[in-house]
Amino acid sequence: MAESGVVGMTFSEGAPSVAEKQPTASFWTYTAGLGFALLLTAASFIVAQTGLLWAPGVPAGLAVLAIAQMGVHLVFFLHIGTDAEAANNVLALAFGVLIVALVMAGSLWIMAHLNENMLTPAQMMDMQR
Amino acid sequence: MSAQVGVAQLGAPEPARAGSGAGPAPVRIVVGYGFWIFLLSDIILFSALFATYAVLHDQTAGGPSGHELFELRHAGIETLCLLFSSYTCGLAILAIERRRLWAFYLCGALTLLLGATFLGLELSEFIALVARGAGPSRSAFLSAFFSLVGLHGAHVTVGLLWLIFLVAQTAYRGPLDYVRRRLLCFSLFWHALDIIWVALLTMVYLMGAR
Amino acid sequence: MLGKLTWQAIPFNEPPAMAASGMIVVGIIAILALITRKGWWPYLWREWLTSVDHKRIGVMYVILALVLLLRGFSDAIMMRTQLAMAAGGASGYLPPEHYDQIFSAHGTIMIFFMAMPFVIGLMNFVVPLQLGVRDVAFPVLNSVSFWLTAAGALLVNVSLMVGEFARTGWLAYPPLSELAYSPGVGVDYYLWSLQISGLGTLLAGINMVTTILKLRAPGMTYMRMPVFCWTALCSCMLIVAAFPVLTATFGMLLLDRYAGMHFFTNTGGGNFMMYVNLIWVWGHPEVYILVLPAFGIFSEVVATFSGKQLFGYRSMVLATLAICVLSFMVWLHHFFTMGAGADVNAVFGIMSMIIAIPTGVKLFNWLFTMFRGRIRFEVPVLWSLGFMVTFVMGGLTGVLLAVPPANFILHDSLFLVAHFHNVIIGAVVFGVMAGYDYWFPKAFGFTLHRGLGRVSFWCWFVGFYLAFFPLYAVGLLGMTRRMQHYADLSWQPYMMVAEGGAVVILCGILATILQLVVSIRTRERRRDLSGDPWNGRTLEWSTASPPPVYNFAVMPQVESLDAFWATKQRAAAKAPEQYPAIEVPRNSPNGFLTAFFAVVSGFALIWHIWWLAILGVAGALTILVAFGWMQRTPVEVSGEQLAADERARRSGLVPV
Repeated sequence: MAESGVVGMTFSEGAPSVAEKQPTASFWTYTAGLGFALLLTAASFIVAQTGLLWAPGVPAGLAVLAIAQMGVHLVFFLHIGTDAEAANNVLALAFGVLIVALVMAGSLWIMAHLNENMLTPAQMMDMQR
Repeated sequence: MSAQVGVAQLGAPEPARAGSGAGPAPVRIVVGYGFWIFLLSDIILFSALFATYAVLHDQTAGGPSGHELFELRHAGIETLCLLFSSYTCGLAILAIERRRLWAFYLCGALTLLLGATFLGLELSEFIALVARGAGPSRSAFLSAFFSLVGLHGAHVTVGLLWLIFLVAQTAYRGPLDYVRRRLLCFSLFWHALDIIWVALLTMVYLMGAR
Repeated sequence: MLGKLTWQAIPFNEPPAMAASGMIVVGIIAILALITRKGWWPYLWREWLTSVDHKRIGVMYVILALVLLLRGFSDAIMMRTQLAMAAGGASGYLPPEHYDQIFSAHGTIMIFFMAMPFVIGLMNFVVPLQLGVRDVAFPVLNSVSFWLTAAGALLVNVSLMVGEFARTGWLAYPPLSELAYSPGVGVDYYLWSLQISGLGTLLAGINMVTTILKLRAPGMTYMRMPVFCWTALCSCMLIVAAFPVLTATFGMLLLDRYAGMHFFTNTGGGNFMMYVNLIWVWGHPEVYILVLPAFGIFSEVVATFSGKQLFGYRSMVLATLAICVLSFMVWLHHFFTMGAGADVNAVFGIMSMIIAIPTGVKLFNWLFTMFRGRIRFEVPVLWSLGFMVTFVMGGLTGVLLAVPPANFILHDSLFLVAHFHNVIIGAVVFGVMAGYDYWFPKAFGFTLHRGLGRVSFWCWFVGFYLAFFPLYAVGLLGMTRRMQHYADLSWQPYMMVAEGGAVVILCGILATILQLVVSIRTRERRRDLSGDPWNGRTLEWSTASPPPVYNFAVMPQVESLDAFWATKQRAAAKAPEQYPAIEVPRNSPNGFLTAFFAVVSGFALIWHIWWLAILGVAGALTILVAFGWMQRTPVEVSGEQLAADERARRSGLVPV
């Protein structure tokens, strides 16, 4: 009985796999993933260290490259979305990503505002008088 | 990881139907999904620390900042170690599923070696920072740095110990179903750690060193 | 050798703490002695302490919750008494440093060790039965989760006897909770107990999400799941998403306290506002973690006792999912006054009002379910009706508080305290009491005494209004929370009414205890032989009461919503000729032993006994590795056993 795990591999218990129509785990998917990841890593280092990208755009550029590399990992190493049970996994991932985005963006937004409205020690002393 | 064989769930002699009404899923899927949910919770754990790092990264309290402390070459080597260890981990899983045990042991050993190298490099960086007075109690920025990177390192450490345990169990018991399920979980864990490292590298080292 | 631990840790010079500790110690010794004398240890160890059966674990969670309800309530009535006395120049009977520990312990215990275990226990017991499956996805992990929760509860109570508790309130805001301002062990007790039990809760959430999404009876599609399972799913998704944030935040505070770091300190660049921000990122979803299963219980109870299918199933599911997602978008309303400014406050204020809408949808669905139903006023229905009235009022005050300008006046006043007790008691407490009464016969095979159940409900209902509505008034008059004494004598009458309310609630709690005792003694009169005492609609009522360890001899084939009701209508269930043997997971001491080492490690870390902490952690890791290494074989239940069990169950069925 063929079954698949969250990793999207179709292996039956006790027998070698028979590839089905989805891109299953194979030496080539891993190697392709490695290749893309290496490229993206190199690109990030280049963007960070050289003046190739317009300076104010560097944070955005690095973020894009990082997200792309995370995508490469998810698809080529973790095989997200490539099996019959994919819907649950993708939904769970989407929920997780939503929460991470809310926590990070929310915290940064809130803290920036809180910090801005926070009195400096000098202002606090002024209020004491 | 509980050693339950879980056959108790497969009570229904029904032919599998498509869709959500198909009855209880096979054990491998159940275990894999449960571990996936655990990994998402772990990523949220990291995101709280990432958020704290983002908020506190410029609170250097008169002490050194990332620009002065971070060496990108060092971070680059660490990145390559972890990335290649993720690759060898994937190959190890392929090998065990195809019952090529010697390939499995080889790739497992490479994963272990690369992971240990990563840890060694990270430890050396920490020791150097502490030695020059830039330890975690110096400033909020350094507290956030050490705990974020340190938590990742702690996960890598636990992962390597887990890998040693699983390789030992494979050698002792053979590639049984539940052993392979655990190896699958390990590989999910290891790949997820590499994903977190990508975020760490970008946010802490690459942005910090500018 | 023993870190900071000395004989002075035991509160010899504080009569109230000594009295309470003495009672607890005597009580525990008495129980242990009774068990030993009756020779119950083998039975307890075999059937309960090492059980991996979700039903047993659910019952243990509920027992833990009920015991801690007593502890949390005793803190409450002590506070009410103090406030009734300490008006004008009077100082009451509780010195401030005790009062501070009492309100901190009250909140911590009620949320983490009463409400959470109760809700998780009910989910644990009911969800696999309603899904038509044999157990949760990871039974041994389930046991570990329970025992870690119990370990946290134990540590909090040890703080009463050895050392002190936090004086920071139930959320331990820095800088007060930092080492500079709380150098004692109190905050450490708080932090380690909650880290340990938080891990248990997270694992339980993962377990339940996996169970609901991957383990359901054949034919049970998502839209045929009982609503309680939907609310359990959403609540556990919130657990998985929110508890890691709590762990991280407490972890950072622990690093500040133990390793001299500067996350939230006043010096070194720390920012205590980040703690407040993160803790409420967890804290708001937490209240929805508590309330969603309660809503699910009401859905089940209202449908069953109205004799009608729940109105608007789809909208219920959508509303639950909406609440789940929205609950992560409102957290700033807990700190409008911290100074984020009008723009930020406005956004979160509006989001907080929006989240009231799906709750309103649910309420209308319950009302429409009851409309034109044949309502039977059993005790769970009383709790449900009480909830509808009470929770709506509490929700309204919540929407009022969601308006930032109003919040600036009312934040941290007794108005706020009244609001959150209104919604938590009105929804969560009433919900778990309804669930307790509703599912008790399924768990134990006999119903609870109705008369005493009614007494308990009315005492809680009347007592709640007496205890908390004066707080709304006095909050508007300016009284703030966590006050050990107050100067304004005009507040005292309100405090005295509130004290009266607390006494009435005490009667309610005593009635519940009496109900349990009387029900056990007269259980033969109220035996449930059919497994279906309420003419239920969902699959748990198709099993024996109590169900066998494997729940279902043959996994049910589900063809519609309210699967059991459909089966009864068709008078369909025919016994199969032969039952194939099944396997159930074997019991495991893993959970109990892990928790034992967790308690040891936690205590050692609190008191800075480093060698013991290392031993404790090493012990826990050894358990993990040892049990991981061992091959645990399942237990087989033979076909003959299944057939015999089924015959026994069917002989008790009432013919349709």
